[in-house]
Amino acid sequence: MTPFANLLDRLIYTPARNTKLALIVDYFRHAPDPDRGWALAALTGGLSFPGVKAGAIRDLAMRRVDPVLFQWSYDYVGDLAETTALIWPERRTNRAWPTLGEVVHGLQTTARADAPDVIEEWLDPLDATGRWALLKLITGGLRVGVSARLAKVALAEYGKVDATEIEEVWHGLTPPYGELFAWLDGAAPRPDLEDKPVFRPPMLAHPLEDAEVAGLDFDAFLAEWKWDGIRVQVVSRAGQKRLYSRTGDDIGAGFPDVLDAVSFEGVLDGELLVGIDGDVRPFNELQQRLNRKSVTAAMLRKHPAFVRLYDILFDGREDLRALPTMQRRARLEAFVERHAPQRMDLSEVVDFSSSDELERMRAGARGTSTEGLMLKRRDAPYVAGRPKGLWYKWKRGPLTVDAVLMYAQRGHGKRSSFYSDYTFGAWRENPETGAAELVPVGKAYFGFTDDELKLLDKWVRDHTVNRFGPVREVEHALVFEVAFDSVNRSPRHKSGVAMRFPRIARIRWDKPAAEADRLETLEKLIE
Amino acid sequence: MASPHPETWVEVRPQGLYVVPGDFYVDPLRAVDRAVITHGHSDHARAGHRSVMATVETLAIMAHRLGAQPEQDKRALAYGEVMRVGETEVSLHPAGHVLGSAQVLVEYQGSRIAVSGDYKRRADPTCAAFVPVKCDVFVTEATFGLPVFRHPDDRAEIAKLLDSVRLFPERCHVVGVYSLGKAQRVIGLLREAGWHRPIFVHGALQPMCALYEAHGVPLGDLRPATAGAKGSPKDEFKGAIVLAPPSAIIDRWARRLPDPVVCMASGWMRVRQRARQGGVELPLIISDHADWDELLQTFDDVGAPEIWITHGREEALMHAASARGYRARALALVGYEDEGGS
Repeated sequence: MTPFANLLDRLIYTPARNTKLALIVDYFRHAPDPDRGWALAALTGGLSFPGVKAGAIRDLAMRRVDPVLFQWSYDYVGDLAETTALIWPERRTNRAWPTLGEVVHGLQTTARADAPDVIEEWLDPLDATGRWALLKLITGGLRVGVSARLAKVALAEYGKVDATEIEEVWHGLTPPYGELFAWLDGAAPRPDLEDKPVFRPPMLAHPLEDAEVAGLDFDAFLAEWKWDGIRVQVVSRAGQKRLYSRTGDDIGAGFPDVLDAVSFEGVLDGELLVGIDGDVRPFNELQQRLNRKSVTAAMLRKHPAFVRLYDILFDGREDLRALPTMQRRARLEAFVERHAPQRMDLSEVVDFSSSDELERMRAGARGTSTEGLMLKRRDAPYVAGRPKGLWYKWKRGPLTVDAVLMYAQRGHGKRSSFYSDYTFGAWRENPETGAAELVPVGKAYFGFTDDELKLLDKWVRDHTVNRFGPVREVEHALVFEVAFDSVNRSPRHKSGVAMRFPRIARIRWDKPAAEADRLETLEKLIE
Repeated sequence: MASPHPETWVEVRPQGLYVVPGDFYVDPLRAVDRAVITHGHSDHARAGHRSVMATVETLAIMAHRLGAQPEQDKRALAYGEVMRVGETEVSLHPAGHVLGSAQVLVEYQGSRIAVSGDYKRRADPTCAAFVPVKCDVFVTEATFGLPVFRHPDDRAEIAKLLDSVRLFPERCHVVGVYSLGKAQRVIGLLREAGWHRPIFVHGALQPMCALYEAHGVPLGDLRPATAGAKGSPKDEFKGAIVLAPPSAIIDRWARRLPDPVVCMASGWMRVRQRARQGGVELPLIISDHADWDELLQTFDDVGAPEIWITHGREEALMHAASARGYRARALALVGYEDEGGS
């Protein structure tokens, strides 16, 4: 428990990715098996003890602590596990700190009713940090700012292998990951994945910059629409079906409608969209269904999901990734023809006779649930990662508005001394008074250079009119040209609109705030 | 004749705690005729009193912070020295909080009240240790008056800092400390832990460090943390420990430092969310106040049947003191804040 508790305690305060990586790798080096495997499971969200609820922890605290004092303390601290860890009155004991393996084994083999007694015995020998780590582990949700992806990158760094190799084996393994560590330590061969529905790291595209367009040999490329959904991988092997996000998260639980329709064996690459009979709905409808552990029948009816397929990695168990794009395309078409999968259709190939024609299509892509075009080299194999020169995303130009800076917030990590997160607004008439007022329409924290950030930080400090903790309200006197991909209606925002992917395109030091755009301008851009 | 209970001769007035038969206030919140001051933090030691009684160190700190105040009648009292004030006898006893900090013991017709100001029970290389004084009423603070506040061993906290310095030798460790007390204590603890390299201090901390040294508290090799400003090389600070006021550690001032690990030395660092909100990367739980267990232990040590609570989280402490059989009362004095940096 000691190394794990220390690791969590450092991670929770560490904003910098590289420092986090260094801490995790260092932990993998020094922690014993199976503890490090259980820790890995905890960090990647693969460990849960449904038998122990938060209420049980509270009851446990009540065995030792005055309930009035506990309640006041909880009100102050705001976190049950931390309150209990801090307030716990230790009794002297000869027991050593429990190991992570003992804790996991103990919880898995203890009846629910006996769990509190077992936990109580662990709490006494621990210190406040150890108790906090133990209770966080038991109640789930470590919230130490480590994504599953980061943990996998740390594994790759630890074992000196490519991160895509970790991704490939990941979903075929289970905690405490003995065979994974044995492989990374060089003590065993790579784990066998033959019958496992594992995730295959996807091929990613580079943005096509304006300057590159003239030099590109368009004839060597296949064009498709770039759909405005989320990239997914449909995997079916040995009767096991999975839906993975681009980063390898298993998102199948939120999309039973898609998974139920899978009746084949293979690995397909495509875009998850919401819509009926090929009629694609805007992205914010898909968003309603993301990040859910389960989904209601009403949601399934209202926002039905499907996958628009654009590549095939495995046909049955045959690995097609070494084939060139055009051959994989033919195999994909044949696959769809053969299986006629429900809840899936083919992403059409966009025919074009010249780059000019293609450029016109790209510009006209607005309003069709697409973000532009994809260009894929006809002779390219399917390569994991982001290889150069093979796939391009050619997004339509962004929309822009001029908005007025309203609030600035301190950044994080290296930016913690800078006011680097900006909320900006557009003008409207107050519905009651008719007076002109600004209403926030978005927030952006990039798009400017480091030198511009210094100037913005100074400007914010010099024009502050109000402070709310890390946030400063500023004079309505600085205009940003804000670029964004699209704008949707949003009842959650006061302005009624929400931008997608807003960023600062230019700082309009010259422009008077009164000449910034009005809310109606944004509303007209809603598709 | 039975001794009069302190509640018959000590009053809470808008100016602060007033001792009627001595005609003086302890740590008054506004200017008064006669004041006895426990310690130099600005919420306890205010300007404008006509006469002030305090330890010689506290008087020096007040002169530095508030100016000379030439019209003021100042009377320095050594620890344990008894002084007749009106019909009372007043003496000062170490409170262990910061240099010169004192509990004020007032005796009137055989009845004794001890006003502790702020205090701590841990050893501190930079000030005299708390001495429990027998009394009938003990007036306590309650800054950390919740049972979640149990300060760990401060040596382990310093070890945490030194471990991090070893782990990240290319980075600079900047530690947020309040200028009176915490800065010098952290320096003292670092020296005790064997850190004899120069320690760099922000300009706002230098005068108080000099004052401590002038009063016989050696702090070792201190250097101004001004190098590195305006484009000069930052290399000097690689692997160094820099102390600065909390307001500076994540603000513009800290940009001169090479990739700083932001640390903060405070009892509030016990609660993770609080530490994280402040942008702290390495919290050091080092406090100049008694923690929960020490507050309750102190009540037992001074043997007073009655506890009055001046400021902090008094409801929880009242609750716990009552449960232990003490008569406990909250004085509801407003105006004492946390300038001292806990």
